Amino acid sequence: MIELLEQYGRLLLVGHYPNGPLGGLAMTILTSLLCLAICFPIATLLALARTHGNKTLARFYTGYIYFVRSMPLLMLIFWIYYFLPYVLPFSLSPFVTIVLAITIFSSAYLAEVIRAAIEALPKGQYDAASALGFRYWQTTFLIVLPQALTNCIPGLVSQFILIIKETSLGYIITFNELTYVAHELNKILLVKPVEIFTILAISYFVLCSGLSQLGGQLERRIARGRLSNDSDQ
Amino acid sequence: MTVTNEDPILQIKDVHCKFGNFEALKGINAQLEKNEVVVVCGPSGSGKSTLIRTLNRLESISAGQILFEGRDIYEKGMSVETLRTKIGMVFQSFNLFPHLSARDNVALGLIRVLHRPKKEAEQTASELLASVGLGDELHKKPMELSGGQQQRVSICRAVALEPTVMLFDEPTSALDPEMVGEVLSLMKTLAGRGMTMLCVTHEMGFAKEVADSIWFMADGQMVDRAPVSDFFSGDISDRAKSFLKAIH
Ligand SMILES: Nc1ncnc2c1ncn2[C@@H]1O[C@H](COP(=O)(O)OP(=O)(O)OP(=O)(O)O)[C@@H](O)[C@H]1O
Ligand SMILES: [Mg+2]
Repeated sequence: MIELLEQYGRLLLVGHYPNGPLGGLAMTILTSLLCLAICFPIATLLALARTHGNKTLARFYTGYIYFVRSMPLLMLIFWIYYFLPYVLPFSLSPFVTIVLAITIFSSAYLAEVIRAAIEALPKGQYDAASALGFRYWQTTFLIVLPQALTNCIPGLVSQFILIIKETSLGYIITFNELTYVAHELNKILLVKPVEIFTILAISYFVLCSGLSQLGGQLERRIARGRLSNDSDQ
Repeated sequence: MTVTNEDPILQIKDVHCKFGNFEALKGINAQLEKNEVVVVCGPSGSGKSTLIRTLNRLESISAGQILFEGRDIYEKGMSVETLRTKIGMVFQSFNLFPHLSARDNVALGLIRVLHRPKKEAEQTASELLASVGLGDELHKKPMELSGGQQQRVSICRAVALEPTVMLFDEPTSALDPEMVGEVLSLMKTLAGRGMTMLCVTHEMGFAKEVADSIWFMADGQMVDRAPVSDFFSGDISDRAKSFLKAIH
């Protein structure tokens, strides 16, 4: 296995970069970060649509969540990759397809996390902000989101872990991420599937369990802050 | 309607407030004069909080009229945000913003609502906090302060906007007994400076010493409105008398 890593480790890490396209673990991580970065503001806006109090916005939110909940991510990837080219004048690359599909998907789940954090804020925070003469957006940006988003940092980390794992579906449409690269390597070497897929498993495990521990630590730290807050009041 | 100096700060005319089918206020009439300090008391659930929350439109009314400085608070062209900056409010549970320091809690309204320059607002906030004995706590978060300190910060936060009238909703009832005094004495200082105040509180010592009149509410109605001297000399309804007995 060491031998395999010495020879092909670089390929699994960064694909053919810098002489060819980026791929492998680096692609997995960068794609996941990009998805998270796009999802986060969308999810925040969705959560605000739900908590704003406007019925139409709330219905839109509920519809969106239902839509996402009732289909597998893989199917969404197929639709975007194979069906969109029929209705659009261009086709989407595997990279864009994966980012789009995961963003549509994760925005819904992350929105639920953020919505819960917003709804968990004491009503008194809104009373105090209103009584000072803050408008809706001032209350939202100065009072609600700074608190709610801090409280959902652990949820954000969990979502990031989910996204990392979801990018492996990119293999199906030849997206050059870690799983795909590993599979390609297996096709070339033919005789070392156990070693290759063990390396693949270890890579995901190290990445995801590391993040998971980070999430746990952040959660404990935030809970400590909240606890001392409660006991003082 | 023109605003004259003779206008009461607040006129409450036959105000009703409903939560679903339940009527929490059943036709309240009262008025608050400039520089007047009024203590509102009454049994739990009588509508005291609801009444003062209708005054800055935190709760909306189902009938009646409320005039602030002679103008209907629901009048077109009367912005609810402007109304609220002129009416300071202090809550039983302080409701400080936990992610901001004491100074920033006070400065935020100055910066965002009154559009004061940041430096100037922070200066004002620091001075205000220092004047209530919190000069050493400027950079502490609310959770690092005692209840009494938090309530003093929250009073500063409201006072900083230089409101015309201050509303207090049981400002001392969430406090440990040894901290009640520091908050009441700050309220007394405010009253001494001529601040118009409407205080829901059961601190009858404070009422005797500081208030001009007492409003006694029960079951969503204003049962008594009397000058302090009359109220405590017994010139009141039987309900108020038995209430006074019960809280002593
Ligand atoms: N948001 C609400 N929804 C439904 N009912 C409410 C709401 N707010 C208040 N009420 C009801 O209205 C009545 C008056 O409540 P309010 O809080 O004004 O009483 P209070 O005099 O302030 O009592 P306390 O001394 O306990 O604070 C109560 O019966 C209460 O249950
Ligand atoms: Mg109350």
